[in-house]
Amino acid sequence: MINIRDKGAEIWENWNRPTRVIFVLSTITIIALLPFAAAWGPTSFLDTPITSFKNVLVYPVGMFVLMALGLNIVVGKSGLLDLGYVAFFAIGAYSQAILSTSFGWSTWEALPVGIGLAMVSGVLLGLPALRLRGDYLAIITLGFGEIVRIVILNSRKVTGGPDGIAGIKNPPAIFGLEFDLFHPEHFFWLVGVMVLLVIWMVRRFTVRRPGRAWEAIRQDEDVASLMGVNTLVYKLWSFVIGAAVGGAGGVLYASKVMVISPDMFKFEVSVLILACVVFGGIGNIWGVVLGASLLAYIPDRIRFISDARQVIFGLVLIIMMNLRPDGLLPRKKREKISEKRKK
Amino acid sequence: MRLEIKDLSVHYGKIEAIKGISIVVNQGEIVTLIGANGAGKTTTLKTISGLRKVSRGAILFDGQDISKVPAYERVDLGISQAPEGRGIFPGMSVLENLEMGKFNRKDRRSEMKEDLNRVYDLFPRLKERSGQAGGTLSGGEQQMLAIGRALMARPKVLLLDEPSMGLAPMMIANIFQIITTINTELGTTILLVEQNAQQALQRAHRAYVLETGKIVKEAKASDLLNDPEVRAAYLGTGAGTGH
Repeated sequence: MINIRDKGAEIWENWNRPTRVIFVLSTITIIALLPFAAAWGPTSFLDTPITSFKNVLVYPVGMFVLMALGLNIVVGKSGLLDLGYVAFFAIGAYSQAILSTSFGWSTWEALPVGIGLAMVSGVLLGLPALRLRGDYLAIITLGFGEIVRIVILNSRKVTGGPDGIAGIKNPPAIFGLEFDLFHPEHFFWLVGVMVLLVIWMVRRFTVRRPGRAWEAIRQDEDVASLMGVNTLVYKLWSFVIGAAVGGAGGVLYASKVMVISPDMFKFEVSVLILACVVFGGIGNIWGVVLGASLLAYIPDRIRFISDARQVIFGLVLIIMMNLRPDGLLPRKKREKISEKRKK
Repeated sequence: MRLEIKDLSVHYGKIEAIKGISIVVNQGEIVTLIGANGAGKTTTLKTISGLRKVSRGAILFDGQDISKVPAYERVDLGISQAPEGRGIFPGMSVLENLEMGKFNRKDRRSEMKEDLNRVYDLFPRLKERSGQAGGTLSGGEQQMLAIGRALMARPKVLLLDEPSMGLAPMMIANIFQIITTINTELGTTILLVEQNAQQALQRAHRAYVLETGKIVKEAKASDLLNDPEVRAAYLGTGAGTGH
């Protein structure tokens, strides 16, 4: 099967700067216009039954892309299997919910707090858990995800227990863009900006020391420490940065849906986000974006077949993973090597 | 530089793999640690480089006990290991592998070229393959890469874990030749762990024989080459490359 990823990289490398700028800007424009695609004739096939297309683009699509990118830092870059990623999402969402309903904080004020709390919990989980490897780490993170949900479920006074928290305020307007029920496209753009920020951040890390350290840890942790890589610290960093993205996603999510409850943060969500990463192409940003978009969108697109849709969805996953075991757009096997050959 | 291992014991769970061994490596020496499979050679090296915990005894480096120093800091002290089984990063290019060898050096940028050239002079093959993924190299080339990468950190002492393992006889001779060159021309002290006793004893100044976690012999390498017990146990009938 042809390698679309390498083909794309080749085309990109042969472009000069203006071409690249035009390509990036037009891609961003097209994606920004996506919310209106359902109402425009030629692209109306994209429309989703039951839930409105604009809302589907925000959640699950935009949110899943954001979260998958965050989890990709942990699973894809440094090779740590995290099965409890939803915990950070939940911590972000509940931070926003509590700060908004009890203290009247706006989303922009709650955002740094939500990110901060997610990062702190990332450290608290990571410090003991990251001393373990492979399966053990996966089990511990799985446990952490469940613990966070169960604590939320049982802390009735703070979190409302199983009833959750209602009446979370939408974010205040920025640049005249209202964030409310009638403008889901504004939320979509907001998530889009966050996704761009995360992509930018990940790309910067990848070519610098942390990226090298993560790559080394992923390939051989013992040898990495022989090279002088403080493996625990770098693993912790990837964990905490991943947690920050999850927390940010949670804050946005809570302020969009306005009502949250513990059953939104089940283990299945962790698995689905992980599936997005693996399906798209573990370790490759563009693969992850594509994978998350499809996996989030398809179930809503085929909602008209009601009960059968989960079966179809599962079948699509199984067939795809058989055809492309490394994901839709796998990571380059040897990063940067083609460039060096040319010199 | 002086590396001194004093009464060192290492456990895997309840099993004592290393049972109170003492080894001294002096500045400028090639010291070899020979022994059969499972004698504890690799465990000893891993403990010196910090991958295994010391359960008793001490590792003195220039008189300071480093047995509590984490592995990633021992590189900065001047201890570099070329791990067993050519432990390179298969998904990184040769150049990236070599750059990893200098991960912690503060003077990385200014020294990089100089160190790369030194490694490329020793291993011209690596220069030809600098853009190729480590995993696609031949066994011998991977071993060269592992040694070259360890040299990038400008070690005071280089720990080599079975550099001849799984290599063709020609390549084995080549690698051992380079080990001598590193020692004489760069002045790097070397602790060499080997099963290929013949070659190791020919190249080393002093040698230790390790058997099931204990040092059973310690002598000048040339003396061990002629030691009847060692000849019988590790050199077969004495001819060839040992195995």
